[in-house]
Amino acid sequence: MFDSLSPAEIEALRLSLKVAAISVLASLPLGFGLAWLLARFEFPGKALLDALIHLPLVLPPVVIGYFLLVLFGRRGPIGAWLEETFGLVFAFRWTGAALACALMGLPLMVRAIRQSLESIDRRLESAAATLGAGRWAMLASITIPLCLPGILTGMLLSFARSLGEFGATITFVSNIPGETQTLPLAIYTFTQVPGGDTQAMRLCILSVILSLAALVLSEALVRRANRRIVGDAH
Amino acid sequence: MRIEIDLEKTLGAFTLKAAFSGDTAIIALFGRSGCGKSSILNLVAGLLRPQRGRIVIGERVLFDSASGIDVPAEKRRIGYVFQDGLLLPHLSVRQNLLYGRFFTPPAERWADVDRIVELLDLAPLLERRPHRLSGGEKQRVAIGRALLASPRLLLMDEPLASLDASRRGEILFYVERLRDEVGVPILYVSHEIGEVVRLAGHLVLLSDGAVAASGPVHELMSRIELRHLIGRYEGGAVIEAKVVAQDLGNGLARLAFSGGELLVPDVDALIGETLRVRVRARDVSIALSEPRDVSLLNCFRCRISEIGAEPGASVDVRVDIAGTPLLARITRHSAERLHLAPGKEVWAMVKAVSLDRHSVGYS
Repeated sequence: MFDSLSPAEIEALRLSLKVAAISVLASLPLGFGLAWLLARFEFPGKALLDALIHLPLVLPPVVIGYFLLVLFGRRGPIGAWLEETFGLVFAFRWTGAALACALMGLPLMVRAIRQSLESIDRRLESAAATLGAGRWAMLASITIPLCLPGILTGMLLSFARSLGEFGATITFVSNIPGETQTLPLAIYTFTQVPGGDTQAMRLCILSVILSLAALVLSEALVRRANRRIVGDAH
Repeated sequence: MRIEIDLEKTLGAFTLKAAFSGDTAIIALFGRSGCGKSSILNLVAGLLRPQRGRIVIGERVLFDSASGIDVPAEKRRIGYVFQDGLLLPHLSVRQNLLYGRFFTPPAERWADVDRIVELLDLAPLLERRPHRLSGGEKQRVAIGRALLASPRLLLMDEPLASLDASRRGEILFYVERLRDEVGVPILYVSHEIGEVVRLAGHLVLLSDGAVAASGPVHELMSRIELRHLIGRYEGGAVIEAKVVAQDLGNGLARLAFSGGELLVPDVDALIGETLRVRVRARDVSIALSEPRDVSLLNCFRCRISEIGAEPGASVDVRVDIAGTPLLARITRHSAERLHLAPGKEVWAMVKAVSLDRHSVGYS
């Protein structure tokens, strides 16, 4: 059972990592922007925006997947426009899997970054302003470095969510080996065919190892970032 | 450099309406907590925006509601030393020091890194992180950081408040050093009158968001009607006097002022220097005839010019020593027993040991 990975398994693993990484990186600017908006500003509709961001956390993933299919499908209003304008297609492509994962991970990412932003002593930014730092310089030199632990935590949570994402992905982009069949989808497929138990178990163990590695790595990164800010004592 | 400030700002139920100007090296803003001192600094720095007013530093107008000028905080080039330092925790001391310098246009960088590092003895701290610094070290770095941005004006918000007594003396020493050697004007907020006398030439007394008085420190300190704002315990007249002799034998220095000579212990100054000596009112006694056979070293023949009117067991008596005012706080009982009244000639006595280090300012 523990011989080396088959090409199909490697393909599923590679795809899972690619989808998770791209979904995290692509949603980071949006996640940070939303967290910034929620942490720093009061505006009408703030509660509604907050609720909308959290929807993927509470809705059945199938519902999110179906909405994505309706909106971002090749004949959907956004999907059709994106294809016409940029030649960007989401439906039944790995990019669609990344989009589904990004959306599912967004609430986790926004929460982590927002919390971190809210814990920053705003007077540090005042101090930076008196030293001549304008809005963008301050963002780059004070705000982002100080909420780096939150950003890393948010990225990890979103990454982990992507690795485990199933319902929205299979609904939106189906289960195409080599294109949209990430690890959970591959496991599901093996459990549906007679005699696929061993292969399903192999992929399950792979999933566990992958998730553990991601957790350990991110914990180390967050601790390092924290140490830079508040010192070894903490 | 002349500083002109006129501000109006409503913060919740509190209204600040303060106008003052001055051109000494250090202008002190003094008042109880909640009187609006820190708000004034935040308004001058551009961190708060006045409803109405005008802020002029030298030739530069930073804010003028009449002509719609409002230079943003990051363009004002005003250094701000916060009460608790507010060093950037994710940067080393060196990076903190150079932070403001980076944003200063090269042509306007008058502050030299090596000189400021030397002035504040920062060399051993450069590679450390802020959380590894003591309170006094943090404050020194904060001062250095503000200076290296080459500011036109330095704001200091009770920079000693978060320090213990021994560190306070250390930072005071550095503030004096930068006042005398760097030449950047300083707006210094404090609620310790000792600090004010030691550092500042100009005093702005604040009360409930308004300026109660503004002028030279020695003038304001000898006004009876301002005594309740300065604090009766620590308050007292300030005499400007010149060192004429350092008697090394007994540790006393002789200081000359218009009304005579003052003997002060442990003065760390050269002959010819002018000092400000605060004589606490509670350390001054009054006698009707020239005292003999007493340990008191400083006795002055003087004339009573004013007796305070406030109720209570004690009264403030203002006497005039050939033009130099002095305040004495004595019991009402004594004042009545001696039949003290304005115009009466008396002797004022000051114990030399009451003129301690915290009472002498070097200018």
